[in-house]
This record gives sequence, structure tokens and C-alpha cells, in this order.
Amino acid sequence: MRKEELQQLPPEKFERITIDSSSAERISKPSLSFWQDAWLRLRKNKAAIVSMVVLVLLIIMALIGPHLNGHDGEEQILRHANLPPKIPGIEKLGIFDGTGQLGGEKVNLYEIKKVDEYYWFGTDGLGRDLFTRLWEGTQISLLIAFVAAAIDVVIGVLYGGISGYFGGRVDDVMQRIVEILIGIPTLIIVILMLLIMEPGLTAIIIAISLTGWIGMSRIVRAQILKYRGQEFVLASRTLGASDKRIIGKHLLPNIMGIIIINTMFTIPTAIFFEAFLSFIGLGLQPPAASLGTLINDGYKVMEHQPYFLLFPAVVISVLMIAFNLIGDGLRDALDPKMKD
Amino acid sequence: MAENPYTLFLLKGNKVKVCKCFHFEKKLIIQFDINQTHVLWRCNVVKYIGKRLVYMFLTMFLIATATFFLMQTLPGSPIASYNKLNETQRAIVEKKYGIDKPKPVQYAIYMKNLAKGDLGTSFVFKGKSVNDLLASRVKPSFILGAQAMVFGTIIGILLGMLAALKQNTIWDYGSTFFAILGVSIPSFVFASLLQYWVASQWHLLPVGLWNDGWKSSILPSIALAMGPLALSARFIRTEMIEVLSSDYITLAKAKGANGFEIAFKHALRNALIPLVTVLGPVAAGIVTGSLVVEQIFAIPGIGEQFVSSIMTNDFATIMGTTLFFSALLIFIIFIVDLLYGIIDPRIRLSGGKG
Repeated sequence: MRKEELQQLPPEKFERITIDSSSAERISKPSLSFWQDAWLRLRKNKAAIVSMVVLVLLIIMALIGPHLNGHDGEEQILRHANLPPKIPGIEKLGIFDGTGQLGGEKVNLYEIKKVDEYYWFGTDGLGRDLFTRLWEGTQISLLIAFVAAAIDVVIGVLYGGISGYFGGRVDDVMQRIVEILIGIPTLIIVILMLLIMEPGLTAIIIAISLTGWIGMSRIVRAQILKYRGQEFVLASRTLGASDKRIIGKHLLPNIMGIIIINTMFTIPTAIFFEAFLSFIGLGLQPPAASLGTLINDGYKVMEHQPYFLLFPAVVISVLMIAFNLIGDGLRDALDPKMKD
Repeated sequence: MAENPYTLFLLKGNKVKVCKCFHFEKKLIIQFDINQTHVLWRCNVVKYIGKRLVYMFLTMFLIATATFFLMQTLPGSPIASYNKLNETQRAIVEKKYGIDKPKPVQYAIYMKNLAKGDLGTSFVFKGKSVNDLLASRVKPSFILGAQAMVFGTIIGILLGMLAALKQNTIWDYGSTFFAILGVSIPSFVFASLLQYWVASQWHLLPVGLWNDGWKSSILPSIALAMGPLALSARFIRTEMIEVLSSDYITLAKAKGANGFEIAFKHALRNALIPLVTVLGPVAAGIVTGSLVVEQIFAIPGIGEQFVSSIMTNDFATIMGTTLFFSALLIFIIFIVDLLYGIIDPRIRLSGGKG
């Protein structure tokens, strides 16, 4: 619209808009809580979201996978030993059709051994179904990781919280202990503990949690120290709040983000240590399967049956990648100042 | 109450300010003392080193004691075919290895020898001292560790630089993804896959053992290097991005320095400093990795020795190797902390308090 046209407009067409001065302060967007805000930021991180979906799928598979194909992970059928993978449907494409090496020649082992069943991921030297064992192993590995991480969080938060909150002599003594403990390499203590304990699920969890909580306790202590002296705590204390209330209502919610971030990095470490210990023969004992023992077993027969090694290797790698990416994403979302 | 003075380093802008603070009549007095920066710094460092040495000693003592008593509770006997021996033979063998005496005496003897640097005699390798055993195996482990460290860090730095300089391009995403892979995939998985494809399927490099000169060290070094590579790539990327947005980079660009000069001469040097902090975890990762990687590639190193002595219940060797690893890691972390303080004086040396 040109200027002349504008001038020709009758004045009646105009209406005065009065701006209510109080509405200038109005917040038009809904106010978001810390967690809603973090979720908005996390949602933008494609890698973290994809990892979450993958992780959920893996957890679902770990739960239902062992029951999918009707084989039992501990049932030994020696006649069916050392079979390569054979998957219905895909076998027509020329892969996973049961072709394996026998005496240096490629033959269909299922036809030679006259096996009618399908073993999706093949079988091991004792004729156990590897598909079932793989998901059982994933289940065990995840269980170890989650329990170890939970123990780390509980001990770490309690220790760090008490040390940081009460300060003074308590803090001094507790920190001297930590300073000595932190010098002991995790690897050494884990191996020593496993040497003296009966090998098994509990032993691994105890060994991993024995030093795992230290990192968490230091972070929690530093955070508590940071918030303890702030005005809102002082205000609460002035109003007569008890220690319990200050810790539970004021301090913990503030350091929740950092606890979650740290836990997300504890879990892959625990998965790694479990697999590592099982690989050097200190982990779970047969017939129990974990990703580590499966990789160890698969490594031994790598030459003839590469798939035996490949499947658990892929699952553990994907698990670790997913946890690390989610951890990265959460760190960026929960603590935008601490981007790494 | 003025007896409690301690030094604080205050950070203001990018300048370090040194001040002394102490309590006086329940008030915190802060005294700025800029001229004496150096003196105060030095006296703090000596105190800090002293304190750290005490802690290192305590930690080692604790580890040695714990190792000794944990070994006593191990199931099984270190002496092979123990059950086949008769009373006299047992007595002779036990006397030879000094395990006939009561536990406290054994402990005292063990600690005394340890102070002299003697780790004892192996139970499995007849009459060989653990010191000799470790000495004969330290070379391959050291070569692998050093190669992995150097190779991993250099490639990691280059990858991290590439990612930072070409931020949010395919190069950045590629190298970030690669770094995530390196952090996530356990070294033994990577090592066995490398062995399967490169050595066993394509016959490019030896499958294992230590008899083919430098060639046999390539694959295990690569497997060990993945951790340091990924860590330093991620670290350098973050640091570089921060450094690249600072004023002196703009100045360098303004005065007409070319891209190569800016990247290597101005940005990298400043981004490198914080990398020192991750060297500690990196070294721990390499030691952990060496246990499995040496086993996979059948390298006659200390890691492989450790795993096999666990399998054969060789108490003396397990204890010796444990102490060796602990001392190594504690020493590396100490050096790293010191280096960090020296390189970047902004770090408060009150140390270890998080």
C-alpha cells in the first residue's frame, strides 16, 4: 500500500489500541519446569533419541528373546553342535542359510547333519541355541550393570552427601579415606575381589561396586558443598527446616541432574567390566551366559564360526554406544553449561 | 585466630591472583599479594608434593597389605600336586617358599622384602624371582603401551582438530561417530575382530606372538590405541571449538595468518593443555586393555603373565604384578596431576578435593 492510499483512508477506519501496561509483564509462554525444559533439549538430540529407541528394543529383546524360538539356552543337543546360523525367509537370499565350513569346504551343515530345526544364530559346541543364549546373556549383563549402577548411586550419594553436608571433622575423615581409596586402580581391586569370592553374579556386582561409588561420592560432595551455602538453604534453615527436609527437598532435587548423568556413564563401565572379567575367565561360570562369556566362547572358535563371536560383539558394542550417546545427550540437556 | 593462613588462587578474567586468607576474629581476611605469586606458588607445590607422596605411600601400603591377606584366603594351594606329597616333602617345600611360618611372620618378611624392592619367588616358574619374571616381560608390554599411547593420541588430536575446524559438517559427524565407537567398543572385542579380519582372513599381519619384529606389534597396538584415540579426539574437539572462538584467534586471522598456522600454531597449542588431565585415565585404560589384548595376540608381556598366573594360582606372581600395576598407575596419575598444575597454574593445588 502506497503512502497516498494510506492518507486517503477515512479516520473512522482506525481504532486506537490501548496497551494495558500490566500485560507487558505477562508471560505468554507456559512456564516449563526444569525437567520439561531438559526434555525439550534432549528431544532435539537425534543421536540420543535413536539410542533410546535402540536401547528399549534391546531391553525388550533381552526380556522376550530367550522365549522366541522355542529352544532352551541350556539344553544340550550334541548332535546339533557347531551349526551355523539359519534364518527362515532370509535363507533364500543366500545368507544365513546354514552354510558352514567342513574340512575347508563350504557345505550346508544342516543337510549333512540332518537337522530340520532352524537355529537363527547357530549353535555352540554343545549344541545350545545361540539366539536364546545371546539374549539371556544380554539380560544378565544388563542386570549386572543396572544393579551395580544402583549400588553406586546409593552408596555414592549417601557418602558424598553426608561428607559434604555435615562438613568439618566428619568431612575431613571421610575425604582422607576417599583419597586413599581413589589411588587404588579399579582393575586391581576388581580382580583381587573376584579371586577370593565364589565366582558368580553377586561376586561380580560386589567387585564392580566396591570402587564404583567413589566417583559418584566426590561429585555429590562437590555439588552439596556448592549448594549448601546458598541463600535458599539458609532461608529454609531459618524457617526451622530439619536436616532431612533440607537434604530431601532442597539439595537433592538440585543435584538430581548430575546424579543421573553420572549414572548413565556408570552403566556402560559396569557392562564393560563384566564382559572384561568374563573374557579373562574370572566372570560368570558355565552354564550361565553373559555377553562376556559368549564373546570368550566365540573367540575360541572364531576361525570356523565367526558368527559366534560376531553376534555378542555387535550386541555389546551397540549397548555401549547407546548408553554413551544417551549419557552425552542427557549431559547436554540437563546441564547446558557443562557441554563436553 | 590468625594462625590459619592458607593460600588461595583467585581466578579473575584470565589472570591469576594470589591472595592469602586467614581467619581473624571470626572474619575471613583476604590479603592480596600479587608480587609474591611465585614464592607462594613454589611453597605450595612442595607442600602438595609432600602430601601426595604420603598418600601414595599409604595407598601402596594398603594395596600391599590387602593383596597379601587376600592371597591367603584364596582357595587351592599354589604348589602343584600338593596332595601327592607326604608330610616331610610338604614340610620341605613349604620351608623353601617360606609358607611354613605363622601368617604375621610371613607378612612381616613380605613387607621387609617389599621395602627392598624384592617381590618374592614365583611358585610356578621354578626358582625364578618375580622381579626377573616381570623384567623379562616388561619390554613387549612397554613397547605396545607406548606405541598405543603415541599413535592413539596423535591420531586422536588430528581427528579432534578436523572435527573442530569443520564443525557441523560431515567431517565433524564422521570423526565424532568414530570417537564414540572408540569409547564404546571394548578393546578385546576390537582386538579379536582385528585378529579375525586383518590377520586370519586377509593374512596382512601376523596373527599373534612376538617373533615377527615390529610387524607383530602393529595389531595389538592399534587395538590398545582405540581408547586413547577416541578420548583425545573428543577432548580436543571441545577444547578447540572453545579456543577457536577466542579473541587471539580473531587477531591471528586479522593479521593474515593462514589456516594451517592458525590451527597448529595458535589454536592447537592452547587446546593441548587440558589434554594432560585425561592421560591418567588413558594410562589406566591401556593397562586394563593390555591384560586382554596381550592374551588375544599371545604376546609375552606382563598383562598376559598376570592373567595366566591367576589361572595357575601363582600367589607370588599375582601379588608382584598387582603391586607393579598399582605402583605404575599411581605414579602416572601423580605425574599427570603435577604436570597439570605446572602447565596451568590456574589450577588450585589444594588437590584431590574435587
